[in-house]
Amino acid sequence: MTSCRKTPPPAVEEGPSRLGKPVSAYGERSPLEKPARAPRSSTKTQEAASSTTPLQEQTGILTPSSLHFERHHAGVPQIHPERHRLLIHGMVDRPLAFTMEEIRRLPSISRILFIECAGNGGAEWGPKPAPDAQRSHGLASCSEWTGVPLKLLLEEAGIQPRATWLLAEGADACRMQRSIPAGAAESILIAYGQNGEALRPEQGYPLRLVAPGWEGNVCVKWLHRIKAFDRPHMTKDETSKYTDLMPDGTARQFTFLLDAKSVITRPSGGQKVAAPGFHEITGLAWSGRGRIERVEVSTDGGRNWRNAVLDEPRLPQAFTRFHMPWTWGGRETILLSRATDQTGYVQPAREELVAVRGLNSLYHNNAVKAWRIAADGSVTHVEG
Amino acid sequence: MWRVSLLWMAAALAAQGPRYGLGRAPSPEEVRALDITIPPDGTGLHPGSGSAVQGREIYERRCARCHGNKGEGGDNEAIAGGQGSLKTPKPLKTVGSYWPHATTLWDYIRRAMPFKEPGLLTPDQAYAVSAYVLYLNGIIGDTDRLDASTLPKVRMPNREGFVPDPRPDTGKARRKRAPQ
Repeated sequence: MTSCRKTPPPAVEEGPSRLGKPVSAYGERSPLEKPARAPRSSTKTQEAASSTTPLQEQTGILTPSSLHFERHHAGVPQIHPERHRLLIHGMVDRPLAFTMEEIRRLPSISRILFIECAGNGGAEWGPKPAPDAQRSHGLASCSEWTGVPLKLLLEEAGIQPRATWLLAEGADACRMQRSIPAGAAESILIAYGQNGEALRPEQGYPLRLVAPGWEGNVCVKWLHRIKAFDRPHMTKDETSKYTDLMPDGTARQFTFLLDAKSVITRPSGGQKVAAPGFHEITGLAWSGRGRIERVEVSTDGGRNWRNAVLDEPRLPQAFTRFHMPWTWGGRETILLSRATDQTGYVQPAREELVAVRGLNSLYHNNAVKAWRIAADGSVTHVEG
Repeated sequence: MWRVSLLWMAAALAAQGPRYGLGRAPSPEEVRALDITIPPDGTGLHPGSGSAVQGREIYERRCARCHGNKGEGGDNEAIAGGQGSLKTPKPLKTVGSYWPHATTLWDYIRRAMPFKEPGLLTPDQAYAVSAYVLYLNGIIGDTDRLDASTLPKVRMPNREGFVPDPRPDTGKARRKRAPQ
């Protein structure tokens, strides 16, 4: 009564199939896929430079480890994990030196968290903002980080109540170091894992600090020492750098937290909207203060705003993916996105930010980013 | 009864002591070798000393290519000048105009400079180069000696220039509006 229908033949006959590649030990992406980090160097020293994540090409919320942004102050050190130690000392009852094997024996946790450089969006302060999402927002990436809670390590060493600050130091050539309030240890992760494998060397192999929602510079890579102390050490990177100069000449210090931020990644600068008709607008939002509660998108230069759909999972201090259906009529327009986090903080317009902080604070620019769609579909940045 | 109180005592001891028993006690030498950071009061500064007169020759040989003969900058950033510029549209942030503590200068030179050979300078040389950079900024005289006692006492022009983080300073304007 019934006969099995045969699978329909392929639309294009190509003759006998060729065998594919055999299995491999460590996978590679398709050679046709080209998203790449873009290096940036403000000086002639390549070892003290950064490279940006191609956010405009990212799908979902996790950044591939190979594309995680980089910021190194003295190059990427090569560290053998068997020789690496984490020293915990200072105002503790029992100074301790941990091997990597010992750290891996301790109870671990994994969290999906963004890391963003405080200088992300630095170009947006000026009159010529960055032309694409990679260069405007690509000093931010999101990974699953696995490691040991810092609090656990401090308790093992018997941190003393008078130790109100910690100093975290890396084993890179310049011994990058930052002071951190000890109270923050509650949420800080001492991580050895990134997206299911060991940290990449550029992200601190074999051990780094991850402070959820705080500026990336605090998340000391190649971590080899934590000193408990009763005051900040006032290191070079918490005085001369990573401080925010205000119009009155004072500078804000220990500006750890990253405020809510979003960027439309598609369509975004450098791309082209192929033709009038349906297009999905999508992008990323994040906040150091917690979860993203809402992302509003405007397709008419800010006159009207609609709530975008937010993907799950919507995790605190992690990238959140947003979507908005859009039918482009073929006329020039401007696209904007605006994030609100769980504290009710609303991502500010550039003018709002500049009115308070002026043009020279360099760091922590979280202003709304605008993309102009030209009549021919090309997408460019909008000058302030 | 005994059993209960012994258990309670064990729990109390555990709360004070290590729970996992991992990690080993480092030797004092091990800690000393790594514990190089100098806070503003100068704790941990090495013996030794140097003045700008001594620092000039080292600076010109090791530092001037990146930072300029007079600290005006070159391949890398300026480290002198800029005092009084922080409120202007073109602020120049240097050791003299911006850095709040002289100890940070010594600490950074000692740990991270010269860029391609970090840790090269002896404590004496680090004092001398620190002195020369402060001299280029007009903060000390060319024969003033810097050492563990005098360095933390150097009064940096922008010592009081830093304020705590007051954020959120934006993003509140629309908060009162009812969510959609």
